[in-house]
Amino acid sequence: MNPRRKSRLMVVIAVGGLIAGAMGLMLYALTDSIDLFYTPSEVIEGKAGQYPKVGQRLRIGGMVVPGTVVRDTTSLAVSFDLVDTGPKVTVNYIGILPDLFREGQGIVATGVLVDKTTINAEEVLAKHDEEYMPPELAEKMKGIKHVSPNQGATTP
Amino acid sequence: MWKWLHPYAKTERAYQLCNTLKPWFWLGALGCLSIGTVWGLLFAPADYQQGDSFRIIYIHVPAAILSMGTYVAMAVAALVGIVWQWRTAFMSMIAMAPVGALMTFIALFTGAAWGKPMWGAWWVWDARLTSELILLFLYFGVMALYAAFDDKQQAGKAAGVMALVGVVNVPIIHYSVEWWNTLHQGATISKFDNPSIAAEMLWPLLINLLGFALFIGAVTGVRLQNEIIRRERHRPWVQQLAAQNLDDKGEKHHAV
Repeated sequence: MNPRRKSRLMVVIAVGGLIAGAMGLMLYALTDSIDLFYTPSEVIEGKAGQYPKVGQRLRIGGMVVPGTVVRDTTSLAVSFDLVDTGPKVTVNYIGILPDLFREGQGIVATGVLVDKTTINAEEVLAKHDEEYMPPELAEKMKGIKHVSPNQGATTP
Repeated sequence: MWKWLHPYAKTERAYQLCNTLKPWFWLGALGCLSIGTVWGLLFAPADYQQGDSFRIIYIHVPAAILSMGTYVAMAVAALVGIVWQWRTAFMSMIAMAPVGALMTFIALFTGAAWGKPMWGAWWVWDARLTSELILLFLYFGVMALYAAFDDKQQAGKAAGVMALVGVVNVPIIHYSVEWWNTLHQGATISKFDNPSIAAEMLWPLLINLLGFALFIGAVTGVRLQNEIIRRERHRPWVQQLAAQNLDDKGEKHHAV
């Protein structure tokens, strides 16, 4: 490689390294703000020493605890508990739930923290995992009975 | 080691190479895309959670993977252009930019259409979606910067620097779902030893991925030829080519 090309290559590598380093530091500093949601344990036990305040708007993401989904018979109101690895947080929501909502499903809810362990949500989104398989296989591997997403969420 | 590449720094050889490769790319793309799409949409089994809605994966995932792949290819071309100052390098960089931007747009659009029924939202500002949107803007930036200069060699350098700088976004897109809490789920098929997708769903996906790649190659080939012709129109070999084309048309005309 002739010296001019070599020096150009060095400049490109140096500038690229600097930019990558700068981006890395920036993203590291912003880690907390880039996270889309708090997990239930972060809401209750705090995240890096910071506790969300009562009245704060936040997003929470966790798994719906089986057996905790309570639906109001006369309205669209619903409440359920979310959990990740530790304590549970209760979510109250009035509205239509996404098709994938069911017990044991990952959920992301946006709302206001009304007391330390309760959130009044105005939006509930379903999070699904990265696994794709036909219903028969899912039943064999995970013991999951197939529920068509078209019926699953609406029947109580 | 790289000696065999050197002839293609000449525009005429690059043009001829495109001519040779193009038909194979088009054929391969047509074959793979029709097999993969029909197999994926009609014959692959439905998903246990998402039912038939998951089938949009056969468009979404290849487009998303190749939006990043095309960007890396563009950045490599920019690097070659800047360091070795090959004219054809910048030409292929700018030939790839709109194709990559199209892939990014398809990934974002199908992602939104998939997100609405499954997640419950068209768009969420999570790390994966946002960094993919930034990728689209990077493509636009490269194209706009290239168009802003009249001297196309200068334009190539400026746009090339931008393409190189933007490459830091690619690992961010890929690892965003691991580094941060996101609504978007983790990687499915890049875990090659143990992909989280049943084999009969995976095969059409891989075929479509190859089909998308060949399609991008074919379109890039056409665009590169156009760019070469546009930039080299005063060169004797281009004028000879044009004259030859005119002759061919004239003969046909006479024959009719």
